[in-house]
Amino acid sequence: MAISDVNPFEAPPAGDNMFARITDNVTRIAETATPPRAWYIAFGFAQLLLLMFLGSLGYVIWNGIGAWGNMMPVAWGFPIVNFVFWIGIGHAGTLISAVLFLFRQNWRTAINRFAEAMTIFAVVCAGIFPGMHIGRPWLPYYMFPIPNQMDMWPQFRSPLEWDVFAVSTYATVSILFWYMGMIPDFATFRDRATTTVRRVAYGIVAMGWRGSSRQWHVYERAYLILAALATPLVLSVHSVVSFDFATAQLPGWHTTIFPPYFVAGAIFGGFAMVVTLAVPARQFFGLKRIITIRHLELMNKVIMATGLIVGYAYGMEFFVAWYSGNKYEVFTFVNRAFGPYGWAYWTMISCNVLFPQLHWFPQVRRNPWATLIIGLIVNVGMWFERFVIICTSLSRDFLPSSWGYFVPTPVDLMTLGGSFGLFFTLFLLFCRYLPMVAMSEVKAFSPAGLAHGDH
Amino acid sequence: MSDEHKKHSVKSSPPPVHGLLAEYDTPPQILHAAKQIRAAGITKWDTYTPFAVHGIDDAMGIKMTILPWFTLGAGLTGLASAILLQWWTNAHDYAWIISGKPFWSIPANVPIMFELTVLLSAITTLVGMLILNNLPEPSHPLDQVRRFARVTDDKFFLLIRASDPKFDDVETRALLATTHPVAVEAVLEDRVTPERMPTGLVYGLIIFAVASVVPFALAAKARYTKSSSPRIHLIQDMDSQPKYKAQRENSFFADGRAARPAIEGTVAAGDARDDDHFYQGKDGPGWARTFPSEVALNEATMDRGRQRFGIYCTPCHGQIGQGDGMVSRRAESLQQGTWVAPTNMTLEYVRQQPVGQLFGTISNGIRSMPAYAPQIKTEDRWAIVMYVRALQRSRSGSVGDLPPDARASLK
Ligand code: HEC
Repeated sequence: MAISDVNPFEAPPAGDNMFARITDNVTRIAETATPPRAWYIAFGFAQLLLLMFLGSLGYVIWNGIGAWGNMMPVAWGFPIVNFVFWIGIGHAGTLISAVLFLFRQNWRTAINRFAEAMTIFAVVCAGIFPGMHIGRPWLPYYMFPIPNQMDMWPQFRSPLEWDVFAVSTYATVSILFWYMGMIPDFATFRDRATTTVRRVAYGIVAMGWRGSSRQWHVYERAYLILAALATPLVLSVHSVVSFDFATAQLPGWHTTIFPPYFVAGAIFGGFAMVVTLAVPARQFFGLKRIITIRHLELMNKVIMATGLIVGYAYGMEFFVAWYSGNKYEVFTFVNRAFGPYGWAYWTMISCNVLFPQLHWFPQVRRNPWATLIIGLIVNVGMWFERFVIICTSLSRDFLPSSWGYFVPTPVDLMTLGGSFGLFFTLFLLFCRYLPMVAMSEVKAFSPAGLAHGDH
Repeated sequence: MSDEHKKHSVKSSPPPVHGLLAEYDTPPQILHAAKQIRAAGITKWDTYTPFAVHGIDDAMGIKMTILPWFTLGAGLTGLASAILLQWWTNAHDYAWIISGKPFWSIPANVPIMFELTVLLSAITTLVGMLILNNLPEPSHPLDQVRRFARVTDDKFFLLIRASDPKFDDVETRALLATTHPVAVEAVLEDRVTPERMPTGLVYGLIIFAVASVVPFALAAKARYTKSSSPRIHLIQDMDSQPKYKAQRENSFFADGRAARPAIEGTVAAGDARDDDHFYQGKDGPGWARTFPSEVALNEATMDRGRQRFGIYCTPCHGQIGQGDGMVSRRAESLQQGTWVAPTNMTLEYVRQQPVGQLFGTISNGIRSMPAYAPQIKTEDRWAIVMYVRALQRSRSGSVGDLPPDARASLK
């Protein structure tokens, strides 16, 4: 495939030490005394949102989850919408790192590290919502098989319990993968450190890595194995999340299309978030030569492809509802598009199916700011997708006497908005203090790194 | 080690040589050098590079690592423990039925099997990588070499260790020279590592060690001693609520009762039921023969009576009160012999009963029939009596009872 031999660099000037240039480019962000002003502005804003997040969570813990708009019949409400939204975002990182690694898509080296970081921060945000939604957030250990005096165990035949294992395994493996990838880069930071604090701190996390080829050999093998493990894992996580819905008998949820549809949606939303972050990051941190327009274009193509899959799934749901002849299914889908939540449905359709079509035009998908805007639109659309699935199906099921209409409370909106504060705070700290680009990998796939001399 | 000795060792002999380090600029150079060194039969050597140089494994003759076997073992362990965990907890130790699913079946347990397999494999892969690579390795003789700091940036190095049987300062230097290095440098054994840890670190570690024992000590103390004060209860979970429950003592009142008795000479609102006719169906000592004045004898009351009768009486007594309701018929068909058939209330003896007595039967129940006063409002009970009267009348009527214009329809 042609995209696999994309080089992260344009043709280098003669006599240029490409390796040193890559090191300089990436370490500069973490080594400069004063980051760009944009970083400070973004960080301050993120802190405000984070404060709002902590405040609203504290309010919910103190007063109980009645502070949210969750009600009968829409007991899942915002917390689960937000959970599925964030966990979906957390798919692109591992996909880029693991799946593209196995497919030898070397262009991934420019973006994999911060896509992985984004994954982990998104999973952190995701985990908070079910943790709060259980109502007594101080008892989440009930979900794990811990021996106790009541002789009670989790119920392993429930998809919700599968979810606990899937999400925590995914979080753990993502962190391991991310950390292992950073070890050689931490060593670079350590060796360039000018202060004792930096030398000791990066020295501890680098674990004494000195780039021995015998160590590289084991390391590369370990990386390959982790990629091979993470690939089915990344596909399984959102499949398991979709089981939460698909194994219920509720019309609109009880469909076999859910696992692939959810996974495609997750990749779609995840890549949208990657480009949303990549565009400003390359702009403000001077990474334009490492994360090139070509990279953005390739990611936009993935967004377009997965967007089409998602659009197909939307259509297929309607077809199956009609073809099944089940009047409840038919009602649910007609209600989705033309019922009280019709506005949410059409927001979803226009954000997820219509706008990404603009990427058919090369001028659009090669334009960073258009990329950013469409990325944002897709993020909104994917949030609404989860809202539509959860709220329309729950609010009107079988018996009209038990129908209802879910309206979020201000606390709901504050927790949703605040979770972005947590996400951006973590992400901005990552940009400032950790190797934002996998230097050793970019070097290995740069023209100089691929050179074989006289052999 | 004494101060005397330390000074001596530093001053006298320089530390022994650890090996010879050669530096290169590009991947092709280091690949080339690696091939030459390997061909020269050197065994204790290594190369150091900023990234995994393609082809260096072959050039150096590095054998395939056994790491994948670690992973496989961990994966199988994860799979087995997931099977065991789920079977033991849900099908053996505490088996309970949920949604009619079997206690133990493979499909429902596959997701957890998969997750634990991956989890254990992944952790083992990382830990195995560290162990096989002898990491973490806080210090190394190479750390003293200034130029070596660029190994994680842009330079490539080759180290031949002094422990190699063929090592000889002059010959090995000559061998390295044939590989066209940028520079060659001797690496000395690391002697500068201080013999004692910094005092601050020592005290810090001691304080940390002592402090970390405290929670366990407190827990152990709580476990093995008795205390009369309530347990520490960080999160209340609504366990204690500021209210009195039935039978609780209340020190505020002289009699110590939390539930207060009614004040003498008073009646709670709505509890004054001194109208015996209306509430008891009594007229003096005997049953009242007339409806009380509170009950309006009109069409509306009759309709209300029919409706309430349909709800409360028909299950046993049937639609027209002859004792053949659904419950009764079902009970009869079971033939268990314990069922007392509901009375046919159109029988003569019931018809002779005064309205007050019918009201009493509904309110207080009779023999096997339960009381309905708690469920049916007083007015409604009277309405039902009125309807029962109508039913009784309907079973004993004659054509002469009908209005003249309705008689024709019977013919
Ligand atoms: C749970 C079934 C049941 C229901 C409901 C029930 N009854 Fe009865 N009723 C009985 C039975 C059984 C008897 C006969 C009791 C016996 O002989 O031990 C009886 C007896 C009677 C009698 C005859 C009393 C007598 O003096 O012999 C009357 C009148 C009567 N019911 C009226 C009513 C009316 C009016 C209602 C509706 C408010 C009602 N019952 C609801 C089971 C029921």
